[in-house]
Amino acid sequence: MAIAVSQAGPVAAPKRHSQFYLGWKRFSKNYFAVAGLVWVAIFFIVGIIGPWIAPYSYKDADFLAMHTGPSWKHLFGTDTVGYDVFSQILFSIRYALEIALGATCVSFVIGVILGLWAGLAGGIADVIIMRGVDFMFALPSFFFALILVVLLGKGLGPMMLAIGVPGWAGYARLIRSLVLSMRNGEMVEAARALGASQSHIAFKYMFPNVVGSMVVSLAFGIPYDLTAQAGLSIVGMGLNPPMPSFGNMLAAAGENILGFPWLLYFPAGIFAITLLSFLFVADGLQEAFSPKGGM
Amino acid sequence: MPSSPLLQVEEVSKRFRVQGRDLHAVEKVSFQLDAGKTMGLVGESGSGKSTLGRLVLRLLDANEGRILFDGKDITSLSPKQMRPLRRDMQIIFQDPQASMSPRMTIGAAIEDAMAIHNIGTKAERQKRVDELLERVGLPTVVKYAFPHELSGGQLQRVGIARALSLNPKLVICDEPISALDVSIQVQVIQLLQELQKDFNLTYIFISHNLAVVEYLSDQVAVLYLGEVVEQGPAEELFANPTHPYTQVLLQSILKMPDDTEKRQALTSIQGEIPSPFNPPSGCTFHPRCPFATDVCREKKPERKVVGNQHSVTCHLAN
Amino acid sequence: MAEALLAIDDLRVQFDRGEDEVFAVNGVSFSIAEGEALGIVGESGSGKSVTLMSALGLIRENGKIKSGTAKFQGHDLLKMRPRQLEDIRGRDIGVVFQDPMTSLNPVMRIGDQIMESMLTHQYAGRREAFERTLQLLHEMGIPEPKARFRNYPHEFSGGMRQRIMIAIALACEPQLLIADEPTTALDVTVQMQILALLQEQRQKKRMSIAIITHDFGVATNFCDRIIVLYAGQIMEMADTRQFLRQPAHPYTVGLKNSIIEIGQRDRQLSPIPGMAPTLTEPPKSCSFASRCPFATERCRSELPALREISPNHHVACHRAEEVLAHAI
Repeated sequence: MAIAVSQAGPVAAPKRHSQFYLGWKRFSKNYFAVAGLVWVAIFFIVGIIGPWIAPYSYKDADFLAMHTGPSWKHLFGTDTVGYDVFSQILFSIRYALEIALGATCVSFVIGVILGLWAGLAGGIADVIIMRGVDFMFALPSFFFALILVVLLGKGLGPMMLAIGVPGWAGYARLIRSLVLSMRNGEMVEAARALGASQSHIAFKYMFPNVVGSMVVSLAFGIPYDLTAQAGLSIVGMGLNPPMPSFGNMLAAAGENILGFPWLLYFPAGIFAITLLSFLFVADGLQEAFSPKGGM
Repeated sequence: MPSSPLLQVEEVSKRFRVQGRDLHAVEKVSFQLDAGKTMGLVGESGSGKSTLGRLVLRLLDANEGRILFDGKDITSLSPKQMRPLRRDMQIIFQDPQASMSPRMTIGAAIEDAMAIHNIGTKAERQKRVDELLERVGLPTVVKYAFPHELSGGQLQRVGIARALSLNPKLVICDEPISALDVSIQVQVIQLLQELQKDFNLTYIFISHNLAVVEYLSDQVAVLYLGEVVEQGPAEELFANPTHPYTQVLLQSILKMPDDTEKRQALTSIQGEIPSPFNPPSGCTFHPRCPFATDVCREKKPERKVVGNQHSVTCHLAN
Repeated sequence: MAEALLAIDDLRVQFDRGEDEVFAVNGVSFSIAEGEALGIVGESGSGKSVTLMSALGLIRENGKIKSGTAKFQGHDLLKMRPRQLEDIRGRDIGVVFQDPMTSLNPVMRIGDQIMESMLTHQYAGRREAFERTLQLLHEMGIPEPKARFRNYPHEFSGGMRQRIMIAIALACEPQLLIADEPTTALDVTVQMQILALLQEQRQKKRMSIAIITHDFGVATNFCDRIIVLYAGQIMEMADTRQFLRQPAHPYTVGLKNSIIEIGQRDRQLSPIPGMAPTLTEPPKSCSFASRCPFATERCRSELPALREISPNHHVACHRAEEVLAHAI
């Protein structure tokens, strides 16, 4: 006997693509994001190989060629002491990336741990952590970074900590709200009804749904930390000269803007494009990670 | 030996603590349900019908009362002890989209239910996913789709397939058709009916739609502000609705008339369901009841048996 | 028949979804007469809401009106500048939505919200508007209007909020009220109260009402005339009496059979198979054919026109006469 099956009607065969492929398709439609990604990629490559392709060392000044304009010998010109600006920028990229990535990692790790703790434990832990978040937001984190530089001293490691430690609050708040909205949501209730254990729910249901937001927030965090480390250098609390940094270069260029404007154009331009590129990439990622794909 | 009912709910109450105040969500509800039968829970929003469903599944913990499943008291089992029992009791949600992970394919979602309970090998589970999808009337290619690629009706079928994958005895259907279009509603009702017959399922069917509850249920309980105001066999209860609230609910349904002369007068009782934070004194329905007397305002009514297994909580019933 | 207050003719609306286009409204023509209660019935995606809302200029950003006219008292709404439309909306045409919580301003006292619509349309002066607001709240069945005037939307229950929405819509005494699923989010007892209120107001003010609903119970008990939409096309348009006694479109018949009513414990269900399509190209044949038990080769190849099979009874089906005669 045939069983009467009430049919749901025709279903268009879904395309069998991985989440990653679909995400990339959405990302690649955003031309700004793709352009940003290209620039960011170049920035990273230069960050890695910069010291080898730099025509001059950042320590050696050409005292015979002080403040010369751009030329074949000195692509972006030289500064007031005779340092080659092009080489300085290449080294700056290296250090800026090291500090920004390190700092973002520090913020992120602290933020995720505290955010998870607040969201999952609730109660008094939640109250204390969230008041901490409020406190961090109430005061400018740049101010904290300055204090930490004073306490920790200068150098790459201390700067990562100085910029990274005060930055945890945003990540903590994001993670907490994601956890909370899901913990009380129907998806988790359904998983519990299926008999899933806490860890199964956390790894198979909650994690895949927060990873996108976390990557996006990281992508927004890196340019922020890049700005912060440049800022510290501008106020003279960054890397010690002759170690090059965008901040040092910009500060020096500002003083000589009337006579030698190329000292400002090249570093400032590259820095600005880089920040924009990161933001475009972050924007594109946000769209790419949305499960419905920004329809 | 007479077999004991699959589910016994005894004097179960649930209070939520909201901003320092007690919200009485479910008050002293009792019922029994035999295997293969359907219990309908009806009431307006805020009547506690969905909370009651979650108490039965132990997704929420009752403050008072006992819940016996298959003769076993599950009221105070730990979450860990509950887990193996979840194979036997499943739930279908009103909003299937919200109850599924947007990052899991349909196939993965159904398979995960079985994986959680270590049922079969991966290959066996995948084969079973195909069978289940076919059984609920979906083509097997659906397993590669993500939830947002399906329509509400299709997703509800997936929700049903996921619940069925564990071969449950009891399925709580929490407003499973309310979010669906009329033509799709009937499809899902028919599917639920077929599945009940094929797998000897026991349903608790939660809905605000009285007609559908009447159609599907063997037993019915009408809830108002967390309390059962009337309960009994569906046929008996709908033939002799005795509680004024049940009567009002029935009169409030707009039936399609046969002709324009036979249209319904658009009249109903005043007011809306009161706040569960401070329910009215005496009978909670008295402020809206057309027959309320002084007794109703002061004294809580007792449960009275008015027919074969048909009981009403009303002073005026006899 | 009374003169048409709103006449929509050959309206076509499309939505751009990026990779494709959705043909949401495909040549819909109908009119609402003065004093009439019209029910526009359909399932989700049928275009029932888009049809009227796009005529009022309330269309989502990715939507585009491709053709058609929507003449309100002889003036084409579709050709009006946004300013002119805003002027008509709220003054001559009141709108009530399904979810009052999202259409009310949460941080504004409800009395002020009702007054505002009268003031912006220069319907009344401040003093008058205040008096009329109290009067309206009273008419809407909201107890203690003076005290409630100063409350915010969240201090009201769902039913009360819908009453406030209706008060805003009726504030300037519109000739036409468009109610988009006004009772869908409400409990049955409250649904009755709201419908009773709408009916009372309609009779008192002699205004026209268009109710957009998925509920045949609401439409048949409330409306004089019913339009059934499917895939953005009118399938059937008839007086309620004819609609109840002689439904002539297989979709209408199927939908009516899909409704389970009280006292039908022993009936057999006969669902319409499949689901409603989302049209990504203009319809070239009957959109219902794939789900229709009576579909023939002609239905799958030729688009049925909406035709009048008896006075005031329009059907878009090649086999309407046979359906009527129960010949198939």
